[in-house]
Amino acid sequence: MKSIIAAAAALSLLVAPAFAEQSVKIGFVTTLSGPAGVIGKHMKDASTLALDMLGGKIGGLPATIVYGDDQFKPDVGRQVSEEMLQRDKVDFMTGFIWSNVLLASYQPIIRSGVVLIGANAGPHELAGAMCASNYFSASWQNDQTPEAMGKFMNDQKMNDVYLMAPDYAAGKDMVNGFKRYFKGKVAAEVYTKPGQSDYQVEISQIRQAAPKALFIFLPGGMGIQFVKQYAQSGLRDQIPLYSAFTVDETTLPAIGDAAAGNYEVSFWSPDLDNPRNKQFVAAFRAKYHYMPSYYAAQSFDAINMIDAAVKAVKGNLADKQGMIAAIDKADFPSVRGAFKYGPNHFPIENFYLLKIVKDADGEYVRKIQSTIFADHADAYASECKMK
Amino acid sequence: MGAAMTAVLEQLLNGAQFGVMLFLMAAGLTLIFGIMNLINLAHGSLYMAGAYVAAATFAASGSFLLALLAALAAAVALGAAIEIVVFRTLYDREHLDQVLATFGLILFFNELVRMIWGATALYMQVPAFLAGHVELLSGSPYPTYRLAVIGAGLAVALLLHLLIARTRIGMLIRAGASNRAMVDALGVNVTLLYTLVFALGAALAAFAGAMAGPIFTVESGMGESVLILAFVVIVIGGIGSLRGAFVAALLVGIVDAMGRAFLRPLLASFMSHATADNAGPALASMLIYILMAAILLIRPQGLFPPRGR
Repeated sequence: MKSIIAAAAALSLLVAPAFAEQSVKIGFVTTLSGPAGVIGKHMKDASTLALDMLGGKIGGLPATIVYGDDQFKPDVGRQVSEEMLQRDKVDFMTGFIWSNVLLASYQPIIRSGVVLIGANAGPHELAGAMCASNYFSASWQNDQTPEAMGKFMNDQKMNDVYLMAPDYAAGKDMVNGFKRYFKGKVAAEVYTKPGQSDYQVEISQIRQAAPKALFIFLPGGMGIQFVKQYAQSGLRDQIPLYSAFTVDETTLPAIGDAAAGNYEVSFWSPDLDNPRNKQFVAAFRAKYHYMPSYYAAQSFDAINMIDAAVKAVKGNLADKQGMIAAIDKADFPSVRGAFKYGPNHFPIENFYLLKIVKDADGEYVRKIQSTIFADHADAYASECKMK
Repeated sequence: MGAAMTAVLEQLLNGAQFGVMLFLMAAGLTLIFGIMNLINLAHGSLYMAGAYVAAATFAASGSFLLALLAALAAAVALGAAIEIVVFRTLYDREHLDQVLATFGLILFFNELVRMIWGATALYMQVPAFLAGHVELLSGSPYPTYRLAVIGAGLAVALLLHLLIARTRIGMLIRAGASNRAMVDALGVNVTLLYTLVFALGAALAAFAGAMAGPIFTVESGMGESVLILAFVVIVIGGIGSLRGAFVAALLVGIVDAMGRAFLRPLLASFMSHATADNAGPALASMLIYILMAAILLIRPQGLFPPRGR
């Protein structure tokens, strides 16, 4: 009896690898718990939609997406990534909202040879010295978005701008990116405590300083609180509010009309006028009944990028070089319109000025006002030594 | 009035407002810890429950008063439920067991609110009759709602003081804070006293949460940061002492506000701007804990420990 079972087990082991080659597994690391879980929800919903629209197949092969929760912790993110590589034997990795989680998980993924597509975070290290041939960004490099805001405010000849960001790596990146293109006078550079909820002290300081404009980077709950408190203070009409990654589709439902008239900047907006984006936004809203954010758009593109790569090598997942070459062409329908990849595998794309306005349904949305940068590359490409 | 003076006074007001919110949290916590000797990490969850119920009720009914009442009712009900189901077994156990159990409660409630209300933060408006500003200091409008928070907090502090100092229940609470065993030995129904104290603490936390809703984000996990500060406050003030909680809360609030506002400019006057920009916020966020450590060094039992401790 035992020998029959052993034989059956051995036979099933022989059969299993044959099945593995017939399907595609994509590992998706994101934040599904805690207050930031709303971002993970956007990303999970968008990637599920992308796979559905492809008929559940990537490049013609049946595919599954394995989701992992990094809990906004770099060590957990790394652990989850390693499990996906070793236990689930994924063929692609994507996701990664946070720069610190991505940086912690980067080396094991790159070393394994699996293709990694960053669907949000774009730390400057990965655009520069740490670039790798099997890493691509489906989003942007962190500095680019505040660079666009800096250029806009510089072109408007604004002076006396007050800067505020949380005191951690991304916050410093944002301020640096802004100052790279803004050459006017900076009234003050204030770093707040990450996770801080009460900004009345900072708002009083802003009132004392009386700058001409305010630029902030306060993602997630921090932004919701600051914008609400700022509107309540009555300063909004005197000192206009400009932000990056602060007032978006994940936070607008909670901010409401406190954000009306604010300015933001991004490479994408739901009202971006191209056929692919119209299709994406309509399908997303029809299925999930809420407005997708750029997190969703980036995740949607990442899945489609992977599909284009597998199609190009006709399902031969062992041909990593072929897939990398295919992704590098950026020859797939993207929601941001046509774009190219730079030598460091970061997109060269447009950046737009957005304004928070009420749409026809009475809801607050981000609407494109103008193009700040056309085909903007990041500032770190020259540091990348990839051949 | 000079600009610098206005700045200082405005920040003092900010600190007082933050301190008053901390007091509401700390009052419940100090009573529960002092009388029942129970470390309740789930106190932040009661604050969160108050905020969520208030936000949902306000969105549905449009009445802020109704939202407050609903939050209080929900907290008392929830508090009683937790007390009967979870805490009755924890009173006699070590503090570490209590920490573990109530930490589990935090995780449970965080996921529960996400299941009920979703992962996106809830939106709570400032009620119309409290919107707008009051010009307290010339040229410096202060949000009316924040003044209302200070007023409400002071009113609650006064009511609590009257309750504790002038009623029989208050006397039992004070006695329990000083020497629980003696109160039990004197034949007082300690179980009922515990339930009452816990319900009172829960109501205070929920009230703080409901008042915080319009200013802060109503999201899963919102109670944790306030909870940590509330613990700092009761340690500084003296565990079991309401007067200590009040003084310590105002102290912590004002020190925090002043640190965040003036440390960076102060450091910039004798350091380079870049260094001050980095050191200022870092020091400011540590200031409260440095204060706590300093007070513990001088007076380990806190500023106003109840007699008998």
